Amino acid sequence: MLDIQNLSKTFNIGTDNETQIFNNFGIHINKGECTGILGANGCGKSTLFNIISGVIMQEKGIITLNGKNINSLKENERAQYIGRVHQNPSAGVSPSLTILENISLSDKKCQKFTLRKLIRKNKINEFKEILKTLDLGLENKLDVEVKYLSGGQRQSMSLLMATMNKPELLLLDEHTAALDPKTSRLVMDKTQELIKTQNITTMMISHNIKDTIKYSDRIIMLDRGEIILDVRNGHITEKELLSIYNSRNYGSPLTEAV
Amino acid sequence: MNTLILTSIEQGLIFSILAIGVTITFKILDFADMSVEGTFPMGAFIFAKFITSGFPPAISTLLTFFFGSLAGLITYTLNIKLKIKALLSGILTATMLYTINLRLNGKSNVGLFEFDSIYDGFEPVIILVLIVFTVKILMDLFLKTEVGYLLIATGDNETLVRSLGEDSNKYKLIGLMLSNGLVALSGALMSQYQGFAEITMGTGIIVVAIASIIVGDTILRNSSFLKMTTRAIAGALIYKFIGAVAIDLGLAPTDLKAINAIIVILFLSYNTFSPVKVKKMKKIKAAEVAKC
Repeated sequence: MLDIQNLSKTFNIGTDNETQIFNNFGIHINKGECTGILGANGCGKSTLFNIISGVIMQEKGIITLNGKNINSLKENERAQYIGRVHQNPSAGVSPSLTILENISLSDKKCQKFTLRKLIRKNKINEFKEILKTLDLGLENKLDVEVKYLSGGQRQSMSLLMATMNKPELLLLDEHTAALDPKTSRLVMDKTQELIKTQNITTMMISHNIKDTIKYSDRIIMLDRGEIILDVRNGHITEKELLSIYNSRNYGSPLTEAV
Repeated sequence: MNTLILTSIEQGLIFSILAIGVTITFKILDFADMSVEGTFPMGAFIFAKFITSGFPPAISTLLTFFFGSLAGLITYTLNIKLKIKALLSGILTATMLYTINLRLNGKSNVGLFEFDSIYDGFEPVIILVLIVFTVKILMDLFLKTEVGYLLIATGDNETLVRSLGEDSNKYKLIGLMLSNGLVALSGALMSQYQGFAEITMGTGIIVVAIASIIVGDTILRNSSFLKMTTRAIAGALIYKFIGAVAIDLGLAPTDLKAINAIIVILFLSYNTFSPVKVKKMKKIKAAEVAKC
C-alpha cells in the first residue's frame, strides 16, 4: 500500500543547527490496516507524516502509494489520495464558515472549484445524514460557525471532512491529544468506526499507549528516525511496550500506560 | 440637501469601494496589503491617461480595475514567489507605483475638469449609489461561489484549502488582484469627483480603508445578519460623515489625518472595552472560576 524506501531528511542543512531526522529510512504499510506509531517528541513521527503528505520534501527516497510514485506531487495534489487529521481541532476546518459550508467544501474535495454556488439545497439532506453518523447533533446546527463548536465537535468534523472522499491513506497526527479524556474516547471510537466501515488504511501517531494498543492492528515505535519496534497487535503487552518506550526515550519516563 | 451631508455621502460611497477592496485582503485573507497606497492614486492616473487619450469615461474607469489588479499581481509575486514578507511586499509595490504614477502622465497633478466624467449629466450621488450597489451585489454573489468560499477558507486555514486539493496561493492571488482592482476603481471615481489626479491622494488611504472596516464592524457587532460588504459601505459612510462633522465644527482640513487616527483608536477601544463585551468577559471568567 504505502511504501517508503531510502528516505533521508535533514533540517537546517549547512548551519550549526543541522539535524538529520531520517537516514535511509524505510517502511511498508499494509492495505486496510491501522498502524499505530509511538515515539517521544523529536523522533520523527510528525516529520514522517509531513513528508508523506507533501508538506516538506525529502532529500532522498521514494514514496509510493498503491504502486503510484507520489514523490513529485505537491501537498494539494496528494490530497486526492491522503487525508490527514491534525492535533489542533481547528486545523482541519475553516472556523469562520458554518458546518454546512465546511461540509460542502469538503464534498467538492479534489474536484474542480468553479463560480457556481457552493451551497446546493438538494445536497443538504445528504449532508445531514453524514453528520448524523457523528452522533453529536451537528445535523441540527448546520448554520452554526465551526468556531463556536467544542474541540471534540470540531475534531469530529475534521475527521469526517478528511474521510468524506474515502482517501487511500488516512494520517491521524495525535488527533485526540488536545481533547479531554472523555471526548478523546468518543473521537477515537468514531475514528475506529469510520476507518473500519470504509476500510481505510490508517497511520496513527499517538502518545497514548492504551489507545494505540486498543485501536491498532500493528504497532511501530520510532526513536531518532529509526524503527525500534514493529509488532502485530496482540504480540506485545502494555507493560512490555511501556518498558521499551522508557528504555529508549529521553525525558521523564512514563509510569503508566496513559 | 445640506452640501456637507451630500459631499460626505458621495465621498463615503467612493471610499466604500475602497473599503470593500481592502476587506478582501485585511479581513478575508488576513493580509496587510499596503500596496493600496499606490493603487488608489494609480487608479486616478490610469483614468487620467485614458481619458486624456480620448477614451470614453466609462471604459477608462473600467480599465483602472484591470490595471489595479495587476498591482495585486506584483504584490503576490513579491510575497509568494520571492518570499518577501506581506507587509514589505505591499510597501515595495506602493513605492514602485509612486514612480509609475508620475511617469504615466509625466506630472504629479493632472487636471480633469475639461474632460468627460461618468458623473456627467447626473447627480454624482446617483451614479455612485448605482456603482456601489453593483459592486456590492457582485462581491456578495462571488463570495457565495465555490471559488469565493475557498478565498474565505484561505484566509481562515490554508492547510484546509490544500487538503481540499487546491493551491491556496491561487486564492491569495485572486484576492489580491480583486482587492487592488477595486481600490484602483475607487481612485478613478475619486479623481473624476474632485476633478484631478494627484500623486499624494494615496497617502494614508490604508488608514481610511481600515478605519471604515473597523467602524463597519462595530455596527451591530454581534449580528451575523450584516454582510461584510454592507459593513464596509456603512463604515465608510459613517467614517466620512464623522470627518465632515469635525470640519464643520471648525477644525481645519489639515487636522483630518489626526482626526482619522483618533476615530480608529476610539472605535477600536470601544470594541475592546464596550460594556457588553466587558460584561461577557466577566461572565466567562466567573464560569471558568466555577469550573475550577
